[in-house]
Amino acid sequence: MKQSRSKNVGITLFIAFVLTPVYWLLNMSFKTNQEILGGLTLFPKTFTLDNYAVIFSDPSWYNGYLNSMTYVAMNVVITLLVALPAAYAFSRYKFLGDKHLFFWLLSNRMAPPAVFLMPFFQLYSSIGLFDTHIAVALAHCLFTVPLAVWILEGFMKGVPREYDEMAFIDGYSFPRFFIKVFLPMIRSGIGVTAFFTFMFSWVELLLARTLTSVDAQPIGAIMTRTIGASGIDWGVLSAAGALTIIPGILVIWFVRNHVAKGFALGRV
Amino acid sequence: MKKIHNNRAWWLVLPVFLLVAFSALIPLMTVVNYSVQDIFGPGQTFFVGTEWFKGVLGDERLQDSLIRQFMFSGAVLLIQIPFGIGVALMMPKSGIKGSLCLILIAIPLLIPWNVVGTIWQVFARGDIGLFGWGLNELGFDYNYTGNTVDAWLTVLLMDVWHWTPLVALLCYSGLRAIPEAFYQAAEIDRASKWAVFRYIQLPRLKSVLIIAVLLRFMDSFMIYTEPFVLTGGGPGSSTTFLSQTLTTMAIKQFDLGRASAFSLIYFLIVLVISWLFFTAITQDDKEQ
Repeated sequence: MKQSRSKNVGITLFIAFVLTPVYWLLNMSFKTNQEILGGLTLFPKTFTLDNYAVIFSDPSWYNGYLNSMTYVAMNVVITLLVALPAAYAFSRYKFLGDKHLFFWLLSNRMAPPAVFLMPFFQLYSSIGLFDTHIAVALAHCLFTVPLAVWILEGFMKGVPREYDEMAFIDGYSFPRFFIKVFLPMIRSGIGVTAFFTFMFSWVELLLARTLTSVDAQPIGAIMTRTIGASGIDWGVLSAAGALTIIPGILVIWFVRNHVAKGFALGRV
Repeated sequence: MKKIHNNRAWWLVLPVFLLVAFSALIPLMTVVNYSVQDIFGPGQTFFVGTEWFKGVLGDERLQDSLIRQFMFSGAVLLIQIPFGIGVALMMPKSGIKGSLCLILIAIPLLIPWNVVGTIWQVFARGDIGLFGWGLNELGFDYNYTGNTVDAWLTVLLMDVWHWTPLVALLCYSGLRAIPEAFYQAAEIDRASKWAVFRYIQLPRLKSVLIIAVLLRFMDSFMIYTEPFVLTGGGPGSSTTFLSQTLTTMAIKQFDLGRASAFSLIYFLIVLVISWLFFTAITQDDKEQ
């Protein structure tokens, strides 16, 4: 099937719809507050980088980005480490209570974070992890791990078990087989899983904000301080928002081929 | 693929089990514990049985917010699923254009939820936002902070903008999995475009669509941050959804017993509906 003209027009319109609000954010981030409030201009008349300078010159601002990236990275690593063997078990074996366990895992993906706010706060305070990166990373595991197991299991089912048996006959031990033979075969699946884990951890704010106060505060929480007594500092708010988009774009750029190819192989 | 029965597989699942149990079971038990007690302070707790549950079920504010929540989730699914399929059908199949489309479309998914709220809050304002200003210039009396209908439309439009890309991405990958031979066969049979969609593409999309519906239902049912930033739940409480009602109760009013009972009912609703979806998925796997 060829790409027809009407399809091209349609997809262009959709992309325009997706990008217009983002364009407006970028547009505002390069304006002074006077210009933003003074009237509507499609392009900055007095182009300024001051809004970005505010963020990059103040550690309490840019630490927010570092904090967010730290706990997201921790979360992705933890999630993959525990989800890979579990997904292998679900895709290869029947065992006592496997179906119930799987649904129980998924049910945690369904739990609204609002339900867990207070108990999480108390739990992590009582074990002395409040306001640390690892607390947020662990809390996010609640919804990233089930999703990761689910996606990976789909990919692993696509690999015939004959590979496993052959490797064992060749004298591979289980860990060596798993790392040397099996993981390279589901590279795309790992890419897709990492993407989804990153995505859901990076965009979540409710739990991240509740579990931190100063040292591990995510950028999303720091942004609220642009709302001061004298009104909202629209320029800095826009610049801070625009900067949160960059890590996501980098990640999707790295996994773009996996997403196109790999999605289809697995369950997702 | 036939699976082997082997209970030692539990060793592989154990890390996940422990990790999730730590993050899920302990907090859940805390919630259950609160929901049957009245707490005045440390050491001053009283067992009240099902009192809170009765109160919550009879609370009109909560019933209203539950109805709003169902309306919102229903509208989200009705709009985003067909729209997402449409977008996926229009996307270029491969090459640099395909990758570029993929990345551009995925952008809204990777923006933190509070920033999504901020973007639309600014974008829809009548004075400094392109969208609100444009509508006003065109002669519409649009004001999302004052008018209930406008607020609803803005929240819905924001969610369509935010999440249709996910449906589109999933469907796109589903479409890529259809072998070219299917299309060639359809061409020989002179099948119409509609027939190709109805009898080749749609059946092949089924499993991907179930995932899309499941994810969209779960996430729209627990939506909090975006409408909170955009409208603050207003005007009045017209865009206050379940999570926000719950958070207000637990943190602002510090009504722990009530909030916990509410949490459990909330969780139960999501669980039941998701279980229905989940049975649909496993049924689908069996048929394959």
